[in-house]
Amino acid sequence: MKNIREIALEEHHDFVGAKMGMWLFLLTELILFTGLFILYAMYRVRHAAEFHAAATELDVVIGTINTLVLLTSSLTVAVGIEALKRRNRKLAKWMVLLTVLFALTFLVNKYFEWSAKIHHGIFPGADELLSRSQGEIIYFNLYYAMTGLHGLHVLVGMGILLWVYFLIARKPSEKVVVAPPNIEYLKGAQLIASKGEQESWVIDEIKDDVVEVEVVIKKDPKKAGVDIPNIIKLENAGLYWHLVDIIWIFLFPLFYLIT
Amino acid sequence: MASHAIDVQNAQENYLEVKGRWSGILSWIFSTDHKRIGILYLVSIAFFFIVAATIGIFMRLEQLTMGPTLMKPEVYNRLFTLHGVIMIFLFIIPGIPAILGNFFLPIQIGAKDVAFPRLNLLSWWLFMIGATLAILTLFLPGGLPDTGWTFYAPYSIRTGSEVSLAVFAAFILGFSSILTGLNFVTTVHRMRAPGMSFFRMPLFVWALYATAWIQILATPMVGITLLLIIVERLLNIGIFDPTQGGDPILYQHLFWIYSHPAVYIMILPGFGVISEIIPTFSRRTIFGYKLIAFSSLSIAIFGSLVWAHHMFVSGQSDLANIIFSFLTFFVAIPTAIKVFNWVATLYKGSIRFEPPLLFALSSIFLFSIGGFTGLMQATLPINVHIHDTYFVVGHFHYTMFGGTIWALIAGILYWFPKITGKMYNKKWIYGAWALMFIGFNTLYGAMMYMGWKGMPRRYYDHLPEFHTDHVIATVGSWFLYTGILVLVSTLIYALYRGAKADANPWGGTTLEWKTSSPPPLENFEKEPVVEHEPYYHEEAIR
Amino acid sequence: MSHHSHEEIHGIGYGILVLVWLGLVVLTGVTVVASGVHVPALAVVIALLIAATKSSLVVSYFMHLKYESRIFHVILLMGIVTIAIFIGLTFFDVLFR
Repeated sequence: MKNIREIALEEHHDFVGAKMGMWLFLLTELILFTGLFILYAMYRVRHAAEFHAAATELDVVIGTINTLVLLTSSLTVAVGIEALKRRNRKLAKWMVLLTVLFALTFLVNKYFEWSAKIHHGIFPGADELLSRSQGEIIYFNLYYAMTGLHGLHVLVGMGILLWVYFLIARKPSEKVVVAPPNIEYLKGAQLIASKGEQESWVIDEIKDDVVEVEVVIKKDPKKAGVDIPNIIKLENAGLYWHLVDIIWIFLFPLFYLIT
Repeated sequence: MASHAIDVQNAQENYLEVKGRWSGILSWIFSTDHKRIGILYLVSIAFFFIVAATIGIFMRLEQLTMGPTLMKPEVYNRLFTLHGVIMIFLFIIPGIPAILGNFFLPIQIGAKDVAFPRLNLLSWWLFMIGATLAILTLFLPGGLPDTGWTFYAPYSIRTGSEVSLAVFAAFILGFSSILTGLNFVTTVHRMRAPGMSFFRMPLFVWALYATAWIQILATPMVGITLLLIIVERLLNIGIFDPTQGGDPILYQHLFWIYSHPAVYIMILPGFGVISEIIPTFSRRTIFGYKLIAFSSLSIAIFGSLVWAHHMFVSGQSDLANIIFSFLTFFVAIPTAIKVFNWVATLYKGSIRFEPPLLFALSSIFLFSIGGFTGLMQATLPINVHIHDTYFVVGHFHYTMFGGTIWALIAGILYWFPKITGKMYNKKWIYGAWALMFIGFNTLYGAMMYMGWKGMPRRYYDHLPEFHTDHVIATVGSWFLYTGILVLVSTLIYALYRGAKADANPWGGTTLEWKTSSPPPLENFEKEPVVEHEPYYHEEAIR
Repeated sequence: MSHHSHEEIHGIGYGILVLVWLGLVVLTGVTVVASGVHVPALAVVIALLIAATKSSLVVSYFMHLKYESRIFHVILLMGIVTIAIFIGLTFFDVLFR
């Protein structure tokens, strides 16, 4: 029987570390948007009245719908993660797919919103826009820059979620890799020995204070399989997706609701 | 003897001999081994350094005579931009973390590799892609950017030179830097060997840890700033353009919010290297370990509060001027704490004056000059007088070249036997040091002097009263350049013909000296267990 | 580390997630309605407070921060403090120019 440490040595994965890396990356994304929020704050202080006037031209209804769409997509991806942790692969698949659809809905809405504006000659560099007051020009330039960058993030997030969807949809691989720091992920997990005859194992109950790895592996072929590394991949994709949601939570009132 | 033979037989192959999936150059550029990636960075960064230094030589030659000497004014503008961009983005920001940090951070905490080895390789690839894009501007119709390395709006939005591509290159380089930082923070938190508590980590690791945090928290700011320059140029989304209500001073804010902390990205790892070298060559533990560790963190924090001291004459508010001037002085405190602790470590130590120590001490000396002139410039009234003069250029080179690059050289000399398993010829190094030290002070000392008298920076030509100073500076640059070439050739020679180095030639106490030279693929024969503070000299007086 | 890990696997029920989502929807409604308040200075504060509340709900429950070890909280705190510093210090220029 394979010792868990031996399995870990084959390929070292540290899930907590992976999640930490993701959080640090999210910080960099936050700061990236902070640059734009600083500009927004400074220009708004200077041109408060013009910002208010310009904001009346945005459609609050579409903005609100898009907010609700993103919030709901955050729920679906969170449920998806929870489902995968409970080895419910089917529910997880559906939830991730639903999230992708919501993301698409958001982008389609955004497309119509932008096209309407562009149709009315309100886009960067347009004569119609440039004939207005400086505060209004800056407002719309910031609007395009900020929602544009956010939209780009929605697109990237969608791509990542799709990729994870296909990972989950694949049949679980025969080899499951785990490492000592990740024993919490093993509870109820199915382990299949990677060498010799294919047998599956379910790990015994692990106490909370166990950090080292004297783990007993028991045979239980009935449980359905989920690739453990996919859990952390979906978790990280979810974290990224929630960040996209949070950015929008701030963009929405700052652009749509200051009338 | 018998046991020795067995050791050799059982020893793992070192990382240079390991045969992986690839061979030849592919075994380097596709390697996820942190040591090989460190060397990839060393070679590429050293190349860019020599290129940018050569450009510097040409700039000095242009100033050798009054009037046109070698080039047209437009070419001069492009050259000082390129010199700045390469030196800042391709050399000194990645510099110590990417080369020495990659190689030694995992070893010093007893890990097998960094937390994300593949991401680490990606960082290097991004670095090379960014570098290629920057150089590509040379062959495009607009030519090299002529804005200066700061890409100040609104000029950067209107100039016909290839600013968009150059700025995009800098964006990618920033991304590479972020990934390195993210990797190091996670590595420090997750990969320490048993017994390696935070306060048993070598100070180099502490310095890299603080640096990594700045990389993560500040770099995205320049990322968005540069992206905005691109969209403003390509899509006409005016954010900084005054005709569309934009405010160019806000560009400067955003730019310096990153670029001032960036100088601490440059210098902190250098301080870390010095903190390693001093205890080893004084053969005693470091004085004030925790203070040095925390001073790295507080430099990182204070350094993030002072950016607008680059903008005293930009037209920002007087209140901002006063506040940022005041805050700037605080950076001096943790910096001085470090210097005092180093001196206290040397005091009554059994000092061995080897090349690494020589360069480390020179670094402290030169950086102190740079630091004190920095305090002068933080003082509002003096700043107004010397703003945008050669004084600033001299000051900057004393801190960054004198501080960081001399520390980088000290670090390379210190760890060269560990990295390569070879020892260099120390006499040649002393010679190179003399040339560099004389050349350095002649060049940048003369710059500070003429700046104080009023010579503006970035001018293509100069007035007669500055002529002697310029000639002196140019002659100094020749000494400096020759010294660098001697140093580099000595090291390259040692690579092929150097004597074999021991596992621990200097008597160092940190973990990298407890493994063989060069280290095995997984750094240690078996996972080390740490029982001491890092600078524990057994034979030293306690 | 392993103390929280137990909840990490089985901690958040689907019910809690749906509740959080309901809270977010309600807060969205509140912020839309509150934008009608005709006191400009107050309106900004209310809008940002609601946005901050919504974000903290997302961070705590959807992003599981509530169940993560302390270092994750420190990471987020570093980000928030940095953002506050960057925005705050820039105001010293723009408000007093």
